[in-house]
Amino acid sequence: MATTDNTDYGDDVVAVPLRHPARWIFGGIASVLLLSFIWAVYSAKSIQHELVAKYIFDPRILQGMLVTIFVTVLCMAIAAILATLLAIMKLSANPLQRWLATGFIEFFRGTPLLLQIVFWGYLGIIFPQLVLGVPYTDIVWLSGDTSDLIPALVAGVIALSLNEAAYSAEIVRAGILAVDSGQVEAAKSLGMSGGQTMRRIVLPQAMRVIIPPMGNEFIGMLKNTSLLQVIAVAELYTAASTISSANLAQIELLVVSGFWYLAMTTVLGFPQRALERRYGRGFATVGGRAAPRAFKVGRS
Amino acid sequence: MAKLMVDARSVRKSYGSNEVLEGITLSVEQGEVLCIIGPSGSGKSTFLRCLNHLESINGGRIYVNDELMGYRQTGKVLHEMKPKEIARQRQAIGMVFQRFNLFPHMTALQNVIEAPIGVAGVSPEDAKKLGFELLAQVGLADKAEHYPAQLSGGQQQRVAIARALAMKPKLMLFDEPTSALDPELVGDVLDVMKGLAKAGMTMIVVTHEMGFAREVADKVVFIDKGQIVEMGTPKQVLDKPQEARTKAFLNKVL
Repeated sequence: MATTDNTDYGDDVVAVPLRHPARWIFGGIASVLLLSFIWAVYSAKSIQHELVAKYIFDPRILQGMLVTIFVTVLCMAIAAILATLLAIMKLSANPLQRWLATGFIEFFRGTPLLLQIVFWGYLGIIFPQLVLGVPYTDIVWLSGDTSDLIPALVAGVIALSLNEAAYSAEIVRAGILAVDSGQVEAAKSLGMSGGQTMRRIVLPQAMRVIIPPMGNEFIGMLKNTSLLQVIAVAELYTAASTISSANLAQIELLVVSGFWYLAMTTVLGFPQRALERRYGRGFATVGGRAAPRAFKVGRS
Repeated sequence: MAKLMVDARSVRKSYGSNEVLEGITLSVEQGEVLCIIGPSGSGKSTFLRCLNHLESINGGRIYVNDELMGYRQTGKVLHEMKPKEIARQRQAIGMVFQRFNLFPHMTALQNVIEAPIGVAGVSPEDAKKLGFELLAQVGLADKAEHYPAQLSGGQQQRVAIARALAMKPKLMLFDEPTSALDPELVGDVLDVMKGLAKAGMTMIVVTHEMGFAREVADKVVFIDKGQIVEMGTPKQVLDKPQEARTKAFLNKVL
C-alpha cells in the first residue's frame, strides 16, 4: 500500500537494465552468415586477388572515376535547378505551366533511362544536322553535325539530367507542399513578392524535407552513370569493362569498380549530414543539431 | 474629423455558395483602435484577411489609406492589380497572426529585418539597428539571436509584432493574437499592443480578450454570421448591448 509505505524514495532509480537475448542470438547468426560470405568470395578459385590489387589503382580506373564524379555532380546540379523550376511550374496557378511540367515529368519518368541514354547518344543518326536559327529565314546562329555538337559525354549528361529532373521535381514539390501555408501568408503580408517568398521563405524550409530523398537520388545518379557505357562515355564502369574485354578478367574488374562505387556512395553520406544540419537550423533544439528522435521501433 | 485609414463598404465574401461576409461596412480613423468580437466562424478573421487582400472580395470596396485594395478603378470598370502592386499595398499594412507564423529558419532578428532589407531596400546595417530597436520595444532585446523554436509562444508573438512593425506600417491588423497562448503569457503580448495603441498606431484587433477591448478600443464591433450586429464604444457594446445576439454572446464569454 502506497499510503503505508514509509520509504523516503529520495534516491536515484537503480534498476537492472532490460535484457535483450534475441539481439545477441540474431547478431551472432548475422555475423556467421556475413563472415562465411566474405570467406566464400575470398577463397573462390575464379577470383584472382592479385589482379584486383593490380587494377584497383590503375590510372584508367582512377580516370574513369573522375569522369563518374564529374558527370554525377554536373547532372545533379542541372537536375536540381530544373527540378525546382518544374516543381514551381507544377504548383503554378498558370495552367499552361502546370501542363508543361506535368507532360515533361510524365514523359521522362515513363520511358526507361537506358532508352533515353541511347536516344541522346544516337541523336546524330536521327538528326544528322543541328541548326539554331529562325525558321523559314536565312538567320542561322549555329549549325553543324550533331555528332560534333553533342559528343557522347554531352549526350550522357543531357540524358541523365533530364531524367533525374523529372524524378527530383516530385521530391521538390513534396518539400514545397510540406511548408506551412501560414509562412506564405506571413511573407505576403510583409509585402514580399512571390519570387522572394519562394527563395527566402519557402525553399529554405522545403530543403529540410528535400535533402534526405535527394541524397538517395544522388547515390542513384552515381550508379546510373555506369549506364553511359552503352554510348561509350569513359566513366568508371566503361574503363573497367574496356580493361576486362582485353584481359578477360571480368570478375576482378567488377570487384574493382564495385569497390569504388561503394567507396564513393559511402563518402556521399557526409555532405548529406552536413546539409541536413545546415537546413535543420531553427527546427532543432540546440545549435542546429537534430532533435532527438521521437519515434523508435521496438524497445531501446 | 480625422483622416479615414480604413473605409470598408458593403464587403461581401463567399466560398462557393457559402457566404461568409454579407455586406460589412465600417471605417477606422487614423489612430483609432477597433476591436472585432464575435463567435468563431462569424467571418471576423476573414474580414481582417480581406483588408490586406490575402483574400479577394466578391462585393463591395475596401479602401486603406485612400487606396482601393487589390483593384484599379477606371470609370466603373475594376481591373485586377498585378501581384507586384498588391505587394506594394500590403507594405503599409502590418499583420499579426494567431499562430505567429514566424520564419522558423531565421533568428528573431533575421525575422524582423528580412522584409526591410528584401522589400523596402533598407541597408543591412540600418535594418539591424531598426531590428534591435524594435526587439527592445517588445522587450526581447536579449533574444535577437534565438530561433523561434527557442522562444515561448508569448515571445514569438512579440517578435511577430516587431516583424510587422519593421515595415513601418500605417495600419496594424491582429488576428486573434493571444488565442494560441498559455494564459500567463497573454499579458506580455497585450502590454505591447497597448503600448502601440498609446503611441497612436491605427489598429484592428480580432480578439476574445474583452478586458483588452474595454481598456484600449475606441470602437468595438460585434460580428455574427457575416454581418455587423452591433457597433459602438466599448461601453455601449460590452456593457449595454442592445441586440439579443450580442447579449447572448457576451454572456457566454464573460
